[in-house]
Amino acid sequence: MSVETMSIFSPELSARFDELVTRYPMKRSALIPMLLYAQDEVGYLSDAVIDEIARRIGITPLDVRNVATYYSMLRFKPAGRFNVQVCTNISCMLRGGYKIFDRFQERLGIGHKGVTADGLFSLEEVECIGACCWAPAIQVNYDFHDELTEERVDAILEQYRSQNAGGR
Amino acid sequence: MADVTFTVDGKTLTAPAGTLLIDACRKAGIEIPAFCYYPGLSLQAACRMCVVRQEKVPKLQTACTTPVAEGQVFITESPEIAQARKATLQLLLGNHPLDCPVCDAGGECELQDMTFKYGAGESLYVEAKQHREEQKWSPAVYFDRPRCILCYRCVRMCGEGMDVWALGIQNRGVTAVIAPNGGDHLDCEQCGMCIDVCPVGALTSGTYRYKSRPWEMKHVSTVCTHCADGCKVTLGVRRANDGMEIVRADNRDKSGINGDFLCAKGRFGFDFVESAERLTQPLVRNVAGVLEPTTWEKAIRHVAKRFQEIVSRSGTSKNGRGQDGPGSIGVIGSTRTTNEENYLLQKFARTVLKTQHIDHERTADYATFHGLLVGSTGRAAGLKEIAAAPAILLLGGNPTEEHPLLAWSLRSDVRLNHARLYVANTQAIRLERQAVRSLHLADGDYEALVRSLSGDETALAGLPDAAAFRDALAGEESLVVICGAEFRGAALAALMRWGLSRPQVKFALLSDGVNARGAADMGVYPDLMPGYQMLAGDGPMHQEYAGMPVTSGKDYVAMMEAAGSGKLNGLLVVGADPFAALGVADGALKDTFLVVQDCFLTRTAAQADVVLPTASLYEKTGTVTNCYGDVQMVRKAADKAGVKPDFEILVRLAGAMGVDVRTLVPFGDSQGVRADMGQTRGAQAGEADRHAVWLAAHALEPKLSPFDPLAILDEVERLVPEYKLDRLNLFAGNESTTEPGAGFVSVESLLQRKDGVVAAHPGLFDSGLLSEKTSALQQLRRHQEKLTVAAD
Amino acid sequence: MPSLVSHPDEVKIVTSRFGKGAAKIDTYLELGGYASARKALAEGPDWIINEMKASGLRGRGGAGFPTGMKWSFVPKQSAKPKYVLVNGDESEPGTCKDHLIFLHDPHSVIEGTIIAGLAIGAKTGFIYLRGEYRYLIQIVERAVAEAYERGFLGKNIFGSETEFQVIVQTGAGAYEVGEESALMESLEGKRGVPRIKPPFPAVVGLYGGPTVINNAETIATVPHVLAMGGAAYAAIGSERNGGTRLFGLSGHIERPGVYELPMGYSLRKIIYEVGGGVRGGRKLKAVVPGGSSTPVLLPEEIDIGMDFDQVGKAGSMLGSGGVVVIDDQTCIVEFALRTISFYQHESCGWCIPCREGTDWLKKSLTRFHAGFGTEKDIDNIQYLAENMMGRTFCPLGDAAAMPTLGFVKKFRKEFEDHLHGKPCPFAHHPEVVLV
Ligand SMILES: Cc1cc2nc3c(=O)[nH]c(=O)nc-3n(C[C@H](O)[C@H](O)[C@H](O)COP(=O)(O)O)c2cc1C
Ligand code: SF4
Ligand code: FES
Repeated sequence: MSVETMSIFSPELSARFDELVTRYPMKRSALIPMLLYAQDEVGYLSDAVIDEIARRIGITPLDVRNVATYYSMLRFKPAGRFNVQVCTNISCMLRGGYKIFDRFQERLGIGHKGVTADGLFSLEEVECIGACCWAPAIQVNYDFHDELTEERVDAILEQYRSQNAGGR
Repeated sequence: MADVTFTVDGKTLTAPAGTLLIDACRKAGIEIPAFCYYPGLSLQAACRMCVVRQEKVPKLQTACTTPVAEGQVFITESPEIAQARKATLQLLLGNHPLDCPVCDAGGECELQDMTFKYGAGESLYVEAKQHREEQKWSPAVYFDRPRCILCYRCVRMCGEGMDVWALGIQNRGVTAVIAPNGGDHLDCEQCGMCIDVCPVGALTSGTYRYKSRPWEMKHVSTVCTHCADGCKVTLGVRRANDGMEIVRADNRDKSGINGDFLCAKGRFGFDFVESAERLTQPLVRNVAGVLEPTTWEKAIRHVAKRFQEIVSRSGTSKNGRGQDGPGSIGVIGSTRTTNEENYLLQKFARTVLKTQHIDHERTADYATFHGLLVGSTGRAAGLKEIAAAPAILLLGGNPTEEHPLLAWSLRSDVRLNHARLYVANTQAIRLERQAVRSLHLADGDYEALVRSLSGDETALAGLPDAAAFRDALAGEESLVVICGAEFRGAALAALMRWGLSRPQVKFALLSDGVNARGAADMGVYPDLMPGYQMLAGDGPMHQEYAGMPVTSGKDYVAMMEAAGSGKLNGLLVVGADPFAALGVADGALKDTFLVVQDCFLTRTAAQADVVLPTASLYEKTGTVTNCYGDVQMVRKAADKAGVKPDFEILVRLAGAMGVDVRTLVPFGDSQGVRADMGQTRGAQAGEADRHAVWLAAHALEPKLSPFDPLAILDEVERLVPEYKLDRLNLFAGNESTTEPGAGFVSVESLLQRKDGVVAAHPGLFDSGLLSEKTSALQQLRRHQEKLTVAAD
Repeated sequence: MPSLVSHPDEVKIVTSRFGKGAAKIDTYLELGGYASARKALAEGPDWIINEMKASGLRGRGGAGFPTGMKWSFVPKQSAKPKYVLVNGDESEPGTCKDHLIFLHDPHSVIEGTIIAGLAIGAKTGFIYLRGEYRYLIQIVERAVAEAYERGFLGKNIFGSETEFQVIVQTGAGAYEVGEESALMESLEGKRGVPRIKPPFPAVVGLYGGPTVINNAETIATVPHVLAMGGAAYAAIGSERNGGTRLFGLSGHIERPGVYELPMGYSLRKIIYEVGGGVRGGRKLKAVVPGGSSTPVLLPEEIDIGMDFDQVGKAGSMLGSGGVVVIDDQTCIVEFALRTISFYQHESCGWCIPCREGTDWLKKSLTRFHAGFGTEKDIDNIQYLAENMMGRTFCPLGDAAAMPTLGFVKKFRKEFEDHLHGKPCPFAHHPEVVLV
C-alpha cells in the first residue's frame, strides 16, 4: 500500500484514508466515505480532492466524478461554515417545514443553495432526513434540530453565530 | 450449451440455452426494439423498449435480459406491449428536441424509426423543452445533450469496447448526463465509436455534422487506406463540382472484418482526397527546370519516350555516367496501391522496362514469414481467426497505437470469449490490461525469449516471470502467435520454428501500409517474384515472363544509392517518398530520369522530371491484402477529375512504349457475354450490380479494356499459388484469406537474403503522407498533443 | 435528541431497551444482550433458520419478505465469501424508526448481524447507514469497537473458532441506495443504480458473493426472536405476520412518535388512540399508511389491521410503517406534488419510465398546482402513472406511480377544483424547487 506522500489532506485524515482503503474486500468500497470525509475537511470536492482520491483508490478522476455527482450530500462548490438543511418533505411539510424554510431564507437573506456573503451560513431545502416523527426538522451540518418553530430558528442561528465567534 | 425450444408469437424457436431472448428473436427475424441493448456490450435493461410478455410472469419482461429456457412462451407484439413502448417513447419525446430536419441523425435515427412504428405522435406536455447549447468535446466529437436518450451505449463502447473509459455518466435522475473525462472536452483515442453507436443525433461527428442528409449520399463499402489492418469502411459520397466527394466515413456496413470497429483514421481520415494540395494535372519539368502542368497525353508520351530510349539503347547513357539498356531503370513500388497495381508494376518492370531493380519500402519481413510456412497448411491466421482464438501470444508491436483493429479484436476476444492473451514486449503496452500474463523484456531480449520458449532454461534466467510465462504457454492447446515487425530474419525464423514444432500454432506478422502485405505477396522485390518465387526457375510464371532478368536486382536503398551515383538512368517511383524516407538530399538524383506517380507533391515528386497525379485508394477498384493475409475488395467511391489510377497509368505507359498491352493485361473475352463496363464496382453502381458480382466471381465477366484491374486479378489467381480466392465472397464485400503455405520456394535461400525491413510505427492519427494531408487528423493530433502537454 | 413516546398498547420488544443507555455495551449486557448470539453460535445455522421461519418475521424494509426464508436461499457452499448487509439507509419519507434503533440500541443490530452471519455462514457483515445519520454512525461505530474489545467480533467470536467482522459504512445522500442491489453497488463504491435481477443477492451479491440484505429493524428484531423463541414471537402478531413492528406516526397527529405495536393492530386505533387523534381536533382527510410510496387511505378505509396482508387487501401497503396523517386543511394536490418531487429528485435516472416519468409528473403537478392546469392534465397524470407501473427497472418507479394514482383516483374532485385558474384553496407553497 502506497501512502500518498503529497497529500492535500491533514495528516489525520490522510492516515484515516490509508486505513480505509485496506478495510474492504475491494479498495473502491472506501470511495464514498472518503469523499464525504474529504468534504468535511476541505468544505467541498475540489478538483484536487477528486484527483487525490482517484489516485488513492486507483481509478480515474472521471470515475470518481461519476460516483460523486450521484450523491446529493456531496458538493462541488464551497458551502457556508454552517450548512442549514431544511427538510420540507411530507411529514415536515405538514407541520410547517416550509415556514421554517421561509424563516431561514428571510433571516439569512439567501435562497435554496445560497451562501451568505460572510460565508458563515448556507441554506438548502432537502429531502426527508429521517426525523419525520419529530417534524419539522433540520440539520445544520450533521446536527439534528427537531420539533422546530419559527421562533427556534432565530435561536439556532444565534447558537451557531456564537459558536463561530467562540473560535473553534 | 444444449439447445432449448421455446415459443415466440406462436412460432417455435430453438436456440442454445441461455441465449438472450432478444438475440434469439432477431436471429429468427422477429424484431424487438431496443435502445440500450447493443450486442457485445454489457446489459442495461434501461430503456425498457424491449418489453415482452412471458407466459405465467406477472410483469412485462425485458427481452434483452431474459435468457431462453425450455418450454417458455413469449408474446412480443400485442396492444399491451405496443402501448408500453409507445408510452416510453412519449416520455422520451417530451424533452427531445424535435429538430430532426437539421439533425445529422435524421433519417438514420433509431428514435425516429421507433416513433414512426409506435406512433407516439401527439404531445402530452405543454412545458417548454429544455434547450442546451451543443458542446464541442473534440474536433471529432460533438455532444447535443437534449437529444441524448441515456442509453449508455457510448459509455460502454468507450469503456468496455475501447478500454479507454473517457465517457462517464454524471448526476442522477433527470439531470443525469453523459460526461467526457476532461470536464468540457474528451481526452481519448478519438475513435468516434461513441458517435457510431449513438442511436440518435446526440453525438455527432466533427467531420460530418451539418454536411449532408443520409439519403443524399451513396454509401460505398471499401477498405480504409490508412493501416495494414484493412478495416471495411463505408464512405458516404455525394456529387461535387469535380467528381464525387466523400462527406463521411463510418462503418454502417458492419459485415467487415472489423465488425463494429473503426478508428480515428478510418472514420475521420478522408479529407486528403479533397485537399487543395492534391495533384490533378501531370507535371513535366520544362527547360527552365520548373515543373509545369501539362496534358496526360503529353506526359505519357514523354515518359514513354524517355524510358524507351533508356531501355532500348545500350552503351553509355546520354549523361555519360551510367549504362543504358535493360537493367538501367529502377522501380519503387508502394504499400498503398492495390494488389493488381503492384502485380502490374512488377510485371511492367520485369517485362517492359526489363529491369530486376524493383522494390518497395518494406515494413515487415514477409519473405521469411512466407518461407517458413511453405509446405504447411493452416498455419497463418486471418483476422477473424485471431478474433476468435482461445489463446494469443503477442510479441512486440503495440497494436493499440499501430493496429487499432487488432487491439479491438484482442480486447473483444478476451472480453466476450474469455480468450487468454499473453504479452511479451520491451515496452509497456496498453493491451497488458487484457493479458493473463505479461512479460517485460529488455531491449534485444526477443531472441532470448524465443530460446526460452523453445525450452532453453538458461535463456531469460534473470527474468523472474519468464519460466511461468513459458509454462503457461506450454499448457495452451492452440495458440495464435502475433509478432510485431521487429521480428524479422533469423529472429522471426527462430520464433516460427518454435511455433511450427507444436501442433496448433498459427502466425500473424504485423506491418504498416494498407497493402504492405500485398506489395510483398505481389513480388515487388528485387529478388522475388509474385508469391515469393525465386527469379530463376521454370514455373508457369517464369514461362510467361520469358526473357525477363533472372539475377537479383538492387533493393530500395541500393537503388537510391545507385541513382545518386548516376548508375541508374531512370527511376519510376509509385506511391512512395524515398527522398523523405531515406533523407536524400535535394538534387541528388538530378542525373536520373525520375518519374513519380503520387497524389501529392512529395519531396520525391518535387525532384521528379515528370509527376503523374494518381487516384487514391478511395478512387479506384481492386483488392488489397491486410497484414493478416485477408484479401478484400476496394471499391471506387470518390472521383476526382484529372487523376488516374496507377493501374491505368502503367497500362498507358506500356502502350505508349509500343508494347502490346494484351501481353501485360490479358483483357477481353471471346465468349460473347454482354458487358457491364465495370461501372458496377463504382459509386454509380446500379441494378446490374448483383449480376456483375456473380459474373465476376465466376470469371465470366468480360474484361473489356486493359484498364480493368480484374483482368490482372485473374492472372494473379492463376499464377500466385496462395491467392486462391473465394471470389464470390470477395466480390460480395467479404474477405478471402490467403493460404501462405501453398507456395514452392526454397526456404534456405530465402533466409540468406537481406530482409531490408524498416519497421514503421505509426500513431493513432498517423499514416504517413495521407494523414499529413488530412486536416481532420491533424486537428485531432493537435488536440491530443495539447492535452498531453497540459498534463505534463 | 428525538423524543421518545409511549402508549399502554405497545408491546416493547425491539424498543425494550430504548432510553436505558443500552448503546453502552455493559448496559446492553445487563439487559440480556448478546445471549442470543451465544446461543446461536452453540445451536448452529439450521436451528437459527428454523426459529426465524417459525417466528413469521417479515422484512421491515418494506416488501415484507419472510426473513427465515430469505436466509435459507443462501447456498451452503460458495466459492466466494458470503456477506450480511444491514440496510440502514432509511430514506422513505415518513420513516424514522431505524434512527431510534441506532440511537438507543446499536448493539441489537450488531448482535442481529452476527446471528445472520452464523445462519448463512458469512464472515463479514456490513451495516450501511445513510450519510445524514453521521451522529448515529459514530454511535454504531463506538458500539462495534466495544464488541471487538469484548471479543464478540473478530477472529474468534465469543472465544469460538468462528470469525465475524463488522464494518460500518456511510452513504452520502441517495434514497435509491435503499434498494437492495443499489445498496450493494453503493457499498462497492459505485453509483447507486440497481442491478439486473436475476441473479438475486442471495446467490450473487456483494463482491459477487451470496449476500443477505435486511432492514435494520428486521436485524434488530432477530436477537429477540431467538431469545423468546420463534413460536412465541409469532404468537404476538397476526396471521402470517409475526411479532411487533415499529410504527412511525407523523403529520397532523397529536402525539407523533415511534410506537411498537403488534402486527395487525388497528389503523384507526393507531391514529385515534395511540396517536391521540388528528392534531387540533381537526378532521382526518387521508392517511398514508406505510411511507410516502404507499397509496393513501381515506377515513372510511382505516378500519384495518396493520399487517402486510390486510393493508395490501385495502389497496395500499404496509411499507416501512411510516403512518402519515393528513388533516382536512391540507391540499392533496400539493401533497401529491411534494411526494412526486421527492421521487423525481431521487430517481437514479437509469431507466426511461422512471427518470422521465417522475419528471413529467412533477412538471405537470407543479403547473397544475400553480393554477395553470387543464382538464386533460388530470388524465395525463393518471396515464403517466399507469404507464410507469410495473415497467421500470426497479420498484422506485412504482413507488412514485402508486401514490400518484391513489391521489388522482381518490381525490379527483380536489384536482378538478384547481382548474380554470382557481387558486389552491389551501396552498401556502405553490412550488417545490429542489434541484
Ligand atoms: C426504492 C427503494 C428504496 C428502498 N429503501 C429502503 C430503505 O431505506 N431501507 C430498507 O431497509 N429497505 C429499503 N428498501 C427495501 C430493500 O430493497 C430491501 O427489500 C430490504 O432492505 C430488505 O430487508 P427486509 O427483508 O429486512 O425488509 C427499498 C426498496 C426500494 C425499491
Ligand atoms: S449520447 Fe447517444 S449513445 Fe450516449 S447515452 Fe446518449 S443517446 Fe446513448
Ligand atoms: S434493450 Fe432491453 S431494456 Fe433496453
